[in-house]
Amino acid sequence: MKAKKKIPVLEKCPSGIAGLDEITDGGLPKGRPTLICGGAGSGKTLIAMEFLARGAIDQNEPGVYITFEERRDDLVKNFASMGLDLEDLIRKKKLIIDQIRINTAEIYETGEFDLDGLFIRLADHVETIGAKRIALDTIEVLFSAFSNAEVIRSELQRLFLWIKDQGLTAIVTGEQGERTLTRYGLEEYVADCVITLDNRVVNQISTRRIRVVKYRGSKHGSDEYPFLISEDGITVLPVTSLSLRHIASSDRVSTGIERLDTMLGGKGFYRGSSILITGEAGTGKSSLIAAYLDAACRRKERCLYFAFEESESQIIRNMRSIGYDLQQWVDADLLRFHAIRPTAYGLEMHLAIMTKLIQEFEPKAVAIDPISNLFTIGDDIQVRSMLMRMIDYLKLKEITSLYTNLTTEQGPTQYSVETTQAHVSSLMDSWIGLKTIEGNGERNRALYLLKSRGMAHSNQVREFILSENGIGLIDAYIGSEGVLLGSARTVQEIKDRAGKLAREQEIARKQRNLELKKRSMETDIIALKEKYAEEEREVEILMEQDKERETLIASERKEMAVHRTADR
Amino acid sequence: MTKPKSSDKTGTEKAGDKKWVLKLYVAGQTPKSLTAFENLKRICEEHLKGEYRIEVIDLIVNPKLARGDQIIAIPTLIRKLPEPVKKIIGDLSNTENVLVGLDIKLME
Repeated sequence: MKAKKKIPVLEKCPSGIAGLDEITDGGLPKGRPTLICGGAGSGKTLIAMEFLARGAIDQNEPGVYITFEERRDDLVKNFASMGLDLEDLIRKKKLIIDQIRINTAEIYETGEFDLDGLFIRLADHVETIGAKRIALDTIEVLFSAFSNAEVIRSELQRLFLWIKDQGLTAIVTGEQGERTLTRYGLEEYVADCVITLDNRVVNQISTRRIRVVKYRGSKHGSDEYPFLISEDGITVLPVTSLSLRHIASSDRVSTGIERLDTMLGGKGFYRGSSILITGEAGTGKSSLIAAYLDAACRRKERCLYFAFEESESQIIRNMRSIGYDLQQWVDADLLRFHAIRPTAYGLEMHLAIMTKLIQEFEPKAVAIDPISNLFTIGDDIQVRSMLMRMIDYLKLKEITSLYTNLTTEQGPTQYSVETTQAHVSSLMDSWIGLKTIEGNGERNRALYLLKSRGMAHSNQVREFILSENGIGLIDAYIGSEGVLLGSARTVQEIKDRAGKLAREQEIARKQRNLELKKRSMETDIIALKEKYAEEEREVEILMEQDKERETLIASERKEMAVHRTADR
Repeated sequence: MTKPKSSDKTGTEKAGDKKWVLKLYVAGQTPKSLTAFENLKRICEEHLKGEYRIEVIDLIVNPKLARGDQIIAIPTLIRKLPEPVKKIIGDLSNTENVLVGLDIKLME
């Protein structure tokens, strides 16, 4: 059987940079040059160096780094703070950093020339350590150094051909141009793969973004992706999977409050569902989260708490006052907090950081408290989009998520339909509303379910009590004037009890009356019966007497007849 | 045509006490290299009248020597002496530029 001829597939060179290999579907094109362009400070040098360093460490591919602008020692120092020990790699002959200094002032052009000097230098380095990767940062300096742009262009073409011949995977960095991708149009020569970096500042918050503009011969994610620069180097976060391909679990998890479980079809939330808790300030939204997380931690499930308003210690202190000890779970490393103000980063960055933490910690439950102040760093569409991606990501991982949202009272009646900003509620599977109800000089809390997909749930309002024993849910009294809560309810309950007692007593009294009547009636009946019996006897006697008289009369008549000597 | 050899020395043989020390960096026996050498010799003869020493360095033979003087373009001519160091690139066809670049005063 003849084997099928193998179609040559573009070989990829894994970059080792977190997330970059995902959006490039495997890495950079092997043996080809990749152009990375961006503005000043966008991270080009970082990516180039990390590509070489990781190649040397992870793939055992030595690399040569040619820098035209930065000094070798500065580079080594900068990267040391990112956990990359370049000196060590240099010593082990896995990396060469060479700085090429071009002083324009001292260059006099006196005739034809080429850039063989550069080539020879590069070739020498590559040979010395057997390099497989090379970075040129930023080669555009050549254009500003020499006046003859044509020569430079043709030399660069020659250079890239040489690099391809050598089978080197190269990264070439370029400054962003006005109308072209790079200032000098490098993209015409480095056409295999082009990546742009962006560092936009919107509303005083900067977000770094990376985009694969072009990748010949390979599919790639074409969107912009946020990326972080941290002590672990660069992390690209490809967080835009909106495929809705997650599987719905039928497992149920307890909410941590028994009464609430019964309201939710008797069993609680679905695992992996998204739960929204809305309410005005002070209604106790965070306490519901504490209850759930406490129960989850008891089940030995890890939980991650993203706090956008309060600090970790504040939340722990507050929850302790209602009987939930979250500190014990923090100590057991079952609960982790990440508290930060929304204004610290842009929305994309928040999403990127949060998904990174979730990937690292692998929790079964995530709480975001609150989501309302995310609207200070983005408009409705942006925040909604970010939440959509977060929810999608969490559902894919079957992580149950809880979100609190601050709402303000709307409408004239106490139970007007709550609308959430940007209709965030439509993204959620379950929606719990908390309200404070004022009346009789006090404010009481109420809880009710607005929706819970996939299960029968109670439509009743419950009174929501926070005490140092935790959360309690009591049936609210629904009377003729409406729902009564708090002391009004207590008063009404007392009234009810008193009323009930009075009625019971009334019934008892009536029963006694009836008894008496019955007895007297029975006595009457007996008397009547006797009287009747007597009369009966009398009548009998009379009848007897009558009969006797008749007999006597008859006998007397006969006698008389005999006396008259009747014929007979 | 004479071919330039590595470390070729012309002019008077007394090393070290020449007024002008010039280093020409080339990459093999390319036409540009040959032209440069020819031009250089001519200019030196005309304007420096023996007070010079030319060193030719072939980077194909000694690639590591490119680092010291930061050689990128070929051919490159470095004026080592007199100080300050001057660098000019190209095949030295433009005599005037060479003179200006090397700061050689035109002889009457």
